[in-house]
Amino acid sequence: MDERGATTAPIVRVTGISKRFGETQALRDVGLEAIAGEVHAIVGENGAGKSTLLRILSGAEQPDDGHIWVAGQRVTLGSPIAARRLGIRAVYQELSLVPHLSVAENILMERFAGRRVFLIDPKEIRAQAAALLDELGFSLDVATRVDRLDVSQRQMVEIAKGIAERPRILVLDEPSAVLSREESERLFTLIRRSTAEGVLVLYVSHRLDEVCEIADRVTVLKDGAYVTTVRPGDIDQHYLVSLMVGRRIEDVYPTREPSASPSPRLTVQRLGRDDVFSDVSFDVGVGEIVGLFGLVGSGRTDVARAIFGAEPATRGHMSLDGRHYAPRSPEQALRTGVAYLTEDRGRDGLIPHQSIGPNISLAVIRGQARLGFVDRRREAADAVDQMRLLRVRADDPETLVDHLSGGNQQKVLLARSLLTEAKLLILDEPTRGVDVTTKIEIYRTIAQLAATGSAILLITSELVEILGMSDRILVMRRGTIVAEQSASDATEHSLVAAATGVAA
Amino acid sequence: MSDAPPELSGSRLTGLTDAVRRQLHSGRLVDYAFMALFVVLLVAAALSSDNFFTQANLTNLARQMVTNGLISLGMLFVILSGGIDLSVGAVVALGGIIAAGLVGDVPLALAVLVALAVGSIAGAVNGVLVARLRLASFIVTLATLSTFRGLVYVYSDTPISPETRSFRSMLGGASIAGVPVPVIILLVCFAIGWLFLNRTVPGRTVTALGGNREAVRLAGFNVGRYETLPYVISGFTSALAGVLVVSRLGIAQPNLGVGYELDGIAATVIGGAVLGGGGGSVGGTLGGVMVLGLIDNLLNLLNVRSYFQQVVKGLIIVVAVLARRAGRHAN
Repeated sequence: MDERGATTAPIVRVTGISKRFGETQALRDVGLEAIAGEVHAIVGENGAGKSTLLRILSGAEQPDDGHIWVAGQRVTLGSPIAARRLGIRAVYQELSLVPHLSVAENILMERFAGRRVFLIDPKEIRAQAAALLDELGFSLDVATRVDRLDVSQRQMVEIAKGIAERPRILVLDEPSAVLSREESERLFTLIRRSTAEGVLVLYVSHRLDEVCEIADRVTVLKDGAYVTTVRPGDIDQHYLVSLMVGRRIEDVYPTREPSASPSPRLTVQRLGRDDVFSDVSFDVGVGEIVGLFGLVGSGRTDVARAIFGAEPATRGHMSLDGRHYAPRSPEQALRTGVAYLTEDRGRDGLIPHQSIGPNISLAVIRGQARLGFVDRRREAADAVDQMRLLRVRADDPETLVDHLSGGNQQKVLLARSLLTEAKLLILDEPTRGVDVTTKIEIYRTIAQLAATGSAILLITSELVEILGMSDRILVMRRGTIVAEQSASDATEHSLVAAATGVAA
Repeated sequence: MSDAPPELSGSRLTGLTDAVRRQLHSGRLVDYAFMALFVVLLVAAALSSDNFFTQANLTNLARQMVTNGLISLGMLFVILSGGIDLSVGAVVALGGIIAAGLVGDVPLALAVLVALAVGSIAGAVNGVLVARLRLASFIVTLATLSTFRGLVYVYSDTPISPETRSFRSMLGGASIAGVPVPVIILLVCFAIGWLFLNRTVPGRTVTALGGNREAVRLAGFNVGRYETLPYVISGFTSALAGVLVVSRLGIAQPNLGVGYELDGIAATVIGGAVLGGGGGSVGGTLGGVMVLGLIDNLLNLLNVRSYFQQVVKGLIIVVAVLARRAGRHAN
C-alpha cells in the first residue's frame, strides 16, 4: 500500500449531490472527496443530511442530482448490490439483522446470497463466523440467536457482517452509539487496522471526542449543505461544534444546586431478578439526579426495567415516597408516577406508521381522554409544545415518525416520557443519536425537572455525560452495584475502573 | 420548523408539481386511482348493461355488499392490531342459524341479541387465545373456524327456515325511504367504526398494537385487553352479517359463509390495510368492499361464468396490492 497522503487521487468523489424527501430538502449541492486509507468523518446536527449522504454512497438511495466517482470511474449506484460490487459496504444505524437466525448465519448470510449454494453446513459456518469474530476481537457465541442479544452485541454482529466482506470502502453510521467505551476502543483498533490495509472508512458519529480521536479528516454538514472539511489536529472540539451549529456553544451542562440531603423518593433494597441481577440497593432523592453507569450487559437496563415493572423484580423490595412499591406492570408503575425512557427506540419505543402526535401522547392519552375519546386539541397542543421544546425537526405533528432521522425519533420518545410528569423518571440513554444543541436542551430539561422536585435515574454510556449531569453515580458490574461515587470525586478513570473491575 | 427554508416556487409549473408531490407524499394518489377505477367500473357497467342503473339492480348491489362490508370492518380492526381472523365465515353461520332458530320461540329482538352475543363470545375466544395465551392469530382462528363451523352443525345440520314474517320484514327485506335496512345498518356500523378508530383511545391503541406491541405495553397499557377487543368486534360484525343475510334470504343454511374470510381480507387489503399491522382505514375498507361488490355485480350482469369471476377477482387483488405498495414507495 502507498503511504497515506501519497495517494492523492480520491477513491470516492461526489459533486453536486441533492436529494429531497417529500417536503424536506435533505441534501443540497453537497460535494466530498475521500482518499483510500483514511478515516473520513462526517458530522452535523440531527437532520443535517449525514445519513442520507451515506445512504446515497452505499446505493440505498438515489440522488436527485449530482455525480459520484469511485476510483476515478464515474458510477451510478442503483442499489446496495451495485455499490457492493464496487467494494462499498455500509453498516447502518438501523440494525438489519434477521432476529431468529444465529449470529453465524447473520454474519455469513450475504456470502451465500447469489451463489449456487444449496446445502449449508452449520458447523462450517459457525467455525467461519467464530474465526472472524475472533480476528475482530469480539467475544460472542456464534450459535446464539440474534434476538437474544442486546443492542450493543447486535451492533457488533452488524459491524462484523460488514467487515466480513473485506470492502474497499466501509461506511459506518453511528457505529459506536450503542457500544460501551471498551467496545468502542475495540472498534477503533479494527478501523485502524482496516485503514492500514488501504480501506477508506466513512464514519458518522455524534460523539465528537471519538471523531477527533479516530478521524483523519472531518467534513461538516449543516442543514443539508456542505460547510467545510478540516483536520482534527488543526482545530478543537468547540470549534467543530460551532461549525456544526453555526454559533459558539458555551456551557454544555447546566449549573445545578442540588440540596445537600434530599428526602428519599425511591428506595431500592436488595432488589434482584432471577439470575439477571441481585442485591441491588440504592436510593434516589427528591430533586436528585443519580447516574447509573456500567458496561452493556452489566444489568443496568434490567434494574431500570424492574423498577418500571416491565420485567418485575423477583427479590427484594422498593418504596416510593415511603410507600411500598412493587409494580407488576408498566401500567402500575406509570400510575404510581414512575416513567421510563427505553434504550432501544426501534424495539419497544416508537410506533412506526403513526405520526409524531400520537407517538408523543401515547403514555398520557388515556388520562386525558373524555369518555374514551382522545382529547385531540390537547394532543396537538402538547405535540407542538414538545416539538418546539426539544427542537424536533419536522414540518408538523402529522409527520410520520418513520420519516424522521434517528435523533429526532429519540426526541419524540423523550417527549413522551416528559409528558407523564412522573415523580421518578428513569432515562436510559436519553441522548442516544442526538446532536449537541439538542443534547444541551435535553440536559437543561432534565436539570429543570430535578429542580422542580422530580427524581431522575440517569443511565448512559457516555462518561462525560454521566459526570456532567449526576449528583451521585452508581456503578454496576455483573448484575450488582459495585461502587457509589459522588460527582465531585468521580472521574472517567474511576468509573471505568469500577465498571470493569480493574483496581483504580 | 420556522427556520425551514421556504419553498422556491417560481413558476406555476413547480407549484403544480409540488401539489402532485404532496399528494404522492401523503399516499393519497392511490386512493384517487381507486376512486377513478370505481368510476370507470360504473361507466363500464352502465355501458355494457341496460339493467345496471335500475333501482332493482342498485338496491340488490347495495344489499350484496352488506355481508362482506360488515365482515371487512371487523377484519380491519383485527388486521390493524397485527392479527388476522379466518373464523369470520363460521361466525356468520353461527349468528345466522341461532337467530333463525330462536326467532320462532322468542321475540325478534331477543333472538337477534342472543345471536350477536354468541358471535361476540366466539370472537372473545379468539381474542383470549391470541392475547392472553400468545398464540398466532392465524393458527387460532384457523382452529376456531373449524370449531365454530362444527358448532353450527351441532345446533342444526339442516337448513332452518323461520316461520315468522317479522324477521324478514323488519330486517333483511325492509326499507326506509327506499334504502334497505341492512344498508343503513352497514353505514351506521362504518360511521361508528370510523369514530372508534380515529377518535377513541381504544381505537388508537388497537392501531398502535399492530405497529409495536411492546412499545404500547411500556406506555402503560394492559395490552392483553386491547388485543382481545378487535376479535370481539370481528365476532360481533360477523354475527350481525349472518343475522342480516339470513333475514334477507329467509333461510339459514349451516354451510352459510364458507370462504367469506377471503373476500373480507381482500376488501381490507384493497382498501390499504397492511397484513401484520401498520396501516389501513375505515374509508379505504369501504372502498375495497364497493370495488369488490361492483366487480361481482358487473361480471354477473355480463353473464361471465362464476369460475371466471374468481379468476378476475384474484387478479384484481394482486394489482391492487401492487398499486398500494407503489403508492407507499412514492413517499
